[in-house]
Amino acid sequence: MTVRTRILILLGAVAVLAAVGLASVLHASARADRRDHTQAGGPRVTSGKVTLTGPGRMVFRNMAWGPHRDELTTVPATDPAGPRTASGVKCLRFYAGSGTGVCLQAVHGAVSDTYRALILDSRLRTRDRYDVPGIPSRARVSPTGRYAAWTAFVGGDSYAGTNFSTRAAIVDTRTGRLIPSLEAFRIVKDGRPYRAADVNFWGVTFAGDDRTFYATLATGGHTYLVRGDLHARTVTTLHTNVECPSLSPDGTRIAYKKRVAGLPKDAPWHLYVLDLRTMRETPLAESRSVDDQAVWKDARTIVYALPGDYGADLYEVPADGSGRARRISTAAVSPAYLH
Amino acid sequence: MYVADSRASSPDAPASAEGAVRPVVAGRRRAAVAPTVLALGTVSLITDVSSEMVTAVLPLYLVAGLGLSPLGFGLLDGIYNGFSALVRLAGGHLADRGGGRHKWVAGLGYGISALCKPLLLLAHSLTPIGLILAADRTGKGLRTAPRDALISLSSTPETRGRSFGVHRAMDTAGALLGPLAAFLILRATVDGYDAVFTVSFCVAVTGVLVLVLFVPGKRVPVAQTPEAPQGSEDGPAQADAAARPATDAVRPTLRAALALLRRRDLRRLTICALLLGLATVSDSFIYLLLQRRLGVPDRWFALLPLGTAAAFLLLAVPLGRLADRAGRWRVFLAGHGSLLLAYALLLTSWHGTALPYAVLTLHGGFYAATDGVLMAAASDRVPEELRSSGLAVVQTGQALARFACSLLFGAAWTLWGDRTALVAATAALAACAAFSYTLRPKNPTPLRPKGTATG
Repeated sequence: MTVRTRILILLGAVAVLAAVGLASVLHASARADRRDHTQAGGPRVTSGKVTLTGPGRMVFRNMAWGPHRDELTTVPATDPAGPRTASGVKCLRFYAGSGTGVCLQAVHGAVSDTYRALILDSRLRTRDRYDVPGIPSRARVSPTGRYAAWTAFVGGDSYAGTNFSTRAAIVDTRTGRLIPSLEAFRIVKDGRPYRAADVNFWGVTFAGDDRTFYATLATGGHTYLVRGDLHARTVTTLHTNVECPSLSPDGTRIAYKKRVAGLPKDAPWHLYVLDLRTMRETPLAESRSVDDQAVWKDARTIVYALPGDYGADLYEVPADGSGRARRISTAAVSPAYLH
Repeated sequence: MYVADSRASSPDAPASAEGAVRPVVAGRRRAAVAPTVLALGTVSLITDVSSEMVTAVLPLYLVAGLGLSPLGFGLLDGIYNGFSALVRLAGGHLADRGGGRHKWVAGLGYGISALCKPLLLLAHSLTPIGLILAADRTGKGLRTAPRDALISLSSTPETRGRSFGVHRAMDTAGALLGPLAAFLILRATVDGYDAVFTVSFCVAVTGVLVLVLFVPGKRVPVAQTPEAPQGSEDGPAQADAAARPATDAVRPTLRAALALLRRRDLRRLTICALLLGLATVSDSFIYLLLQRRLGVPDRWFALLPLGTAAAFLLLAVPLGRLADRAGRWRVFLAGHGSLLLAYALLLTSWHGTALPYAVLTLHGGFYAATDGVLMAAASDRVPEELRSSGLAVVQTGQALARFACSLLFGAAWTLWGDRTALVAATAALAACAAFSYTLRPKNPTPLRPKGTATG
């Protein structure tokens, strides 16, 4: 084969491959149009006023296709499947407490996306913004509205890299003081000071005293429930195999996902509730693997997201292990109940 | 460029070898990198664009696209590292079994990796994705040694450092371009992960095609270039051996591959690479330490590897040339000196704004002075018939040593804290470097006549 023939073969093949590549890019960009059209049978969404101070309401990220996709929307807590009112504010993750909201957003840059956390006031106006170092996964606000926390996935920079780490940040929304990573806190594990390079934190949840919080600490292949102290800047391990804790409104129980032996590796979690006084674990009546930081709708009910046709759907289940799981809303994620 | 010009007047250059090479390259010495090396560099560049496209978007895809939790994904890494070492040795051995197999074993490796890309479109949970990534890395393991053997076999002994430098620079350029391409596609689409994987596949196929079309299967003999440039009396003997291969040549059996370690030169080189590897702290720890020392903001954290890559890219060719002139072994050791300096900088109390630049430049310089240079140095000590196996042995030893180091370093960090762990690593590296210096081969090149096992 002459060099000329080879070059011609290569050029021909590159032309075909370029056409395939271009077609796939065009196909993927046409998706934008499809998703901007409301699909039949989906929830009705209209734009309107959304505030974080209406008792008995729920605010969440609307995932239904249409012009209001990804916006914060609100429904009455008693009618979660009903018509939605959209705010125009787009978030990947959201939470709210006492009129303060935290909204984790993607910022589309020229080359790559960056992420940021917005602190919102009760009328969803931005009060502060902070850089988030990676893909956001969890968001929380303390019951008083003073502290906000978020977790991001960081990593994936080596060849076929499979090592990820998480960063959990906490901000005092009153002073603007940011703790960029809980890794700066002193760790007390099993009663002794502990340090390691592989420490990761995620899934912060706050108590009502604006000092205590709970979170997941991972190190050496295990996860732990830790209780943190914002004044002393310490975290103390309390229990093993706890991820994404969520503290009950009365501060006595933790809803969380527990890694259960025998489940498939990519769906290994079961929802549990831990009583902090007795340390007794109660499995909840949800048989599917849940990968979410649950929220407490009230003292008796847990709400969480599971994958659905348009991203995610919301479900609820009793917190005492009784009853059964029930879908309350489709195409919705990151709910916050306003009290 | 001055390196190229001054090379001609280099007093080290043995007259006889120069005389043999000159007629071929006279007049256009700068183009002295063999076409095969450029073709392999292009294949690596294209393939790295393809694979880094996937690597760059994978976390995003897992978390945002599939809603999976990627933590604990690295659990199998340890087991896989062992498996990957075996694959690499197998690739090296298969390639040596004659008949221009280097190209086809390397091609098989590139092909496997290419086929993994469209499979990513079909996998939606962690286990299949993990298997696909494992297959992708198997392809990488398979192709590395035959490819490096091809590079060394298609260059003259005295330009190997430069050839490897050119190849590594092209490879790194691809690694820098890949993420850029991926993010441009994501920007132009909505959740365009499928488009990223499809384009990545098309790019990978292009790479395989370039290999198939432009890398010669049967080696173009570098006949004008005697295998051992030093000592004019070796010249005729070598040319003779090249003219009638496979008669007194070493048969490429597995046993022969292992017996390579009985050669004192190669054994010493491997031992040094192993020891130095045992004190080479993995990249992610360096970045983590840099971030802790300086409080690099999180959003810059992802840019730190780019700093190393940029320095590697810029320094690979000059240091490869330097290795050809000043001695590969010296440059290889000096590269570890550069790493030692980087550790030392991380340990000082100096907090200047130049610190990250200095550390990353030294870190990139370390790669530029060691990665291709080690292969060039090892090539000098392995007969052609076993080139691929020999390189695989050295690479595997080094990779396993580095893996052991990252485990040890992680444990030291847990026990003593990051600073003390780094002090220990620095001391270990200094000791290993000093030991390697004393072990260095007396006469840095000559390969014994083929077939006569020495040592």
